[in-house]
Amino acid sequence: MQIVTERAAEMQEPLLTIKPPGLWSPFALREVWSYRDLLWALAVRDVKLRYRQTALGVVWVVLQPLLAAGIMSFVFGVIANLPSDGLPYFLLSYIGMLGWQAFSGTLTKASQCIVGNSHLVSKVYFPRLILPLSTVLSTLLDFVVGFALLLGLMGIYGIRPQASLLLLPVLLVLLITLAAGLGLWVSALMVTYRDLQYVIPYFTQLLFYASPVALTLSAVPEKLQIFFLLNPLTGLLEAFRWAIVGRGTISGIAIAYSVGVTVLSFILGAFVFKRMERTFADVI
Amino acid sequence: MSSKDLAISIRGISKAYTLVHNGLKSPSFREVIVDRLKHPLRKQQTETFWALKDVSFDVKKGEVVGIIGRNGAGKSTLLKILSRIVEPTSGEVDLFGRVGSLLEVGTGFHQELTGRENIFLNGAILGMRRDEISKQFDAIVDFAEVDRFLDTPVKRYSSGMYVRLAFAVAAHLNPEILIVDEVLAVGDAQFQKKCMGKMDEVAKGGRTVLFVSHNMSAVEQLCNRIVWLTDGQVHRDSHDVETVAREYLFGQDGHDNAHWIAAEGEKGSEYFDLRRIGFESEDGSPLPRAVPNDQPMYLVLEADVETLDSSLLVGYTVVNADGQTVYWSVQADAGEDLTPPIMLGRNTLRTRIPSRFLNEGAYTIEVIACLHHRFWILEPGKSGPSITFSIAGGLSESAYWYERRPGLTAPVLQWESLTAEMAHDRKRATEF
Repeated sequence: MQIVTERAAEMQEPLLTIKPPGLWSPFALREVWSYRDLLWALAVRDVKLRYRQTALGVVWVVLQPLLAAGIMSFVFGVIANLPSDGLPYFLLSYIGMLGWQAFSGTLTKASQCIVGNSHLVSKVYFPRLILPLSTVLSTLLDFVVGFALLLGLMGIYGIRPQASLLLLPVLLVLLITLAAGLGLWVSALMVTYRDLQYVIPYFTQLLFYASPVALTLSAVPEKLQIFFLLNPLTGLLEAFRWAIVGRGTISGIAIAYSVGVTVLSFILGAFVFKRMERTFADVI
Repeated sequence: MSSKDLAISIRGISKAYTLVHNGLKSPSFREVIVDRLKHPLRKQQTETFWALKDVSFDVKKGEVVGIIGRNGAGKSTLLKILSRIVEPTSGEVDLFGRVGSLLEVGTGFHQELTGRENIFLNGAILGMRRDEISKQFDAIVDFAEVDRFLDTPVKRYSSGMYVRLAFAVAAHLNPEILIVDEVLAVGDAQFQKKCMGKMDEVAKGGRTVLFVSHNMSAVEQLCNRIVWLTDGQVHRDSHDVETVAREYLFGQDGHDNAHWIAAEGEKGSEYFDLRRIGFESEDGSPLPRAVPNDQPMYLVLEADVETLDSSLLVGYTVVNADGQTVYWSVQADAGEDLTPPIMLGRNTLRTRIPSRFLNEGAYTIEVIACLHHRFWILEPGKSGPSITFSIAGGLSESAYWYERRPGLTAPVLQWESLTAEMAHDRKRATEF
C-alpha cells in the first residue's frame, strides 16, 4: 500500500505532452475557451483599428450600409426598375445588404486572418482557431449597429416587425457559419497559396450578383432561377428578408438545401483548417 | 530522479524540413500547376533537412538552462517546439507546468494602438488573463518608465521606449516554465542591465528558465546549466557553465571558421566578387582560430574585379561576442597616396589586425564593401561572408595581467615617468 501511494506521487502527470502530429486530432474546444481573453483582445484590436485616424470614426459603421443600400436601390430599383414585393426599394436593399455583409464580412476577414497575423503565428502559440473566431466578433458588432439602424428605418417607413423576427438570430448564425466554413478553408490554403487573396474579392463579387441581395428572387427570370437556387446563400437571404418584413417567397426545399450546404461547408472547412493548422508556422 | 522534480522531459525530438529543389522559391498556385504540367513525369527533387536530430534531455524544476550554439544549430527550432509553435517530426516532450515563451520582444504590438492598449493586447497574446494584466498593470508601467505616454500610440514612441514597454509586459508574465530567445540583445546598456536583473529575479524565484543567447557573459551570469547544440544535436550538456561557455567562445567544436572560401560557381558583384578570406600570420601561413594577442595577425582578402570603379570601398568590421562593434576599417582610410590600387582580375589585399589591441574573447570579422554613396556590395550585419577567431592570452607583458581585462579593448600603451626624467635632468645639471 505504502509503495503504491509513493509511486503515484512520483508518477506525476505532465500538464501537457507535445507529440508529432497524428492523423486526426480533435478540436480542443476547452483550450479555445481558456484563451477567450485573447479572442476578446484580438477582436477589440480589430474594431479599434478599423476607424483609428479616420475623421468620421464610428460614423462609418452606420454610413457604410446606408451608402451601399442607397447605391443598390438606385441601380436595381430606379435604373433596372425591378419589382420589390411592395417594399420600399431602399429598405429591400438595406435588409439584403445587412445579411450579405454578415456573410461577406466574415468570409473576407476570416480568409485573411492567418496570413494577416503571420507575425503572431510564427512567434507565439495559441489555438489557431482563435484568429478566425475573433473576426466574427467584429462582424457581429457591425450587425448589431446595422440592425438598430434598420429598426429606425422601419419606423420611418411605418413597417412593423413581424413575430418571425425571432428566427433572425438563427439565420444570422447560419449565414456566419457558411462564411466561416469557407473562410476556414481559404485561410488555411492561403498560407501556402497567397494567390487566394486576389481570388477571394472576385469570388465574393460574383457571389454578390448571384444572390438576391438587392433584388428578390421573384425578380429573376424563371429560366435563371435555378442558378440562383444552387447558391446556398439564396435560401438564407430570402428567409432573412422574410423574417424581418414577412414578405417574399420562401421554399422549404431551398432552406433545407442551404442548411445542408452550410453544415457541410463548416465541417469540411474545420477539417481542412485542423489538418493544415500544425504546419502554419513552418510554411508562413 | 523522480518525475516530481521534473519541469521538462525531452525525449528523442527531431524536426525535419523538406527543401524542394524545383527552382521555384515560394511557389504560387499557378506556378505549381504550370510546373506540374510542364514536367508531369519529373519527380520533385526534395531534400530533407534535419533541424533537430534526436535531442533528449530533462530539465529539473528551478533549473536555469542556457542553450547555445551557432546559427542554424537548432536552438530556435527547439524553442519553437517547446513553445508549441511548430510540431516535432518525431519524439515527445512532457511539460510539467504552464509555459510562457518569449521568442521576440513586442510580438503583436500594434503601431496605431496606445501604450495602454498594447499592454493588454500583448499580455493576452503572451497568454496572460485579463485580470492578471490588470493586477500587474502598474508594475508594468513602472518598469517600462512610460507612464506619461500611456495614451499615446506606440508609433510615436522612441525605439527605446518601445522596447522597454514590450519587455516590461513580458517580464511580468508569471509562468512556471519560461522560454526566452535572445531578447536581451535590445535596448540601451542601462536597460539591458535592468532586464538581466529581472531575469535573475525570475530564475532565483525558483522558476524553470530556458534561455537562448549568443551573449556568453549573460549565460554565465544567469544559468546554472548549459546545453550546447551543434547541427541539431546536443554537443555538450553540463552544469559547469563557465567551462563550456569558454570552450564555445574559443571554438573547440571542430568547426574551422577562421577562413572562408566562396562556393564554387557562386558569383558575386562585378565590382568586387569576394572569393576568399584568410586569417594568416606574417609569412602567409594560416593561423589557428585562437591566437595569443601578441602574435601578428593579417586579414587577407582575395576578390575578382570585372568592372573597375574608383568609388569602391573595401573594409571589414570587428564584432565581439556580445554583438558590439569594436571598429571598422576601410582600405582607403590612410589617404589617396597610401590606398592600395584595385586592378581588373584577381586582387589580393592584406591588412594587419592590430595586435595588443583587442581584448581576450571571440570576434567575428565581417568583410564589407560598397560603391561609396551608391550601394552596398557587402553590407555590414547582413550576414555577408565572415570569419571568427579568438584572442586567448598574451594580453600584456606584465606579470599581473594575463587574462581578459575589463573594457571593450585591451591596448598595450606606453607609460613614462616624468618624475624620473626630472630627477635625471637635475642630476645631469648638478654634474656640470
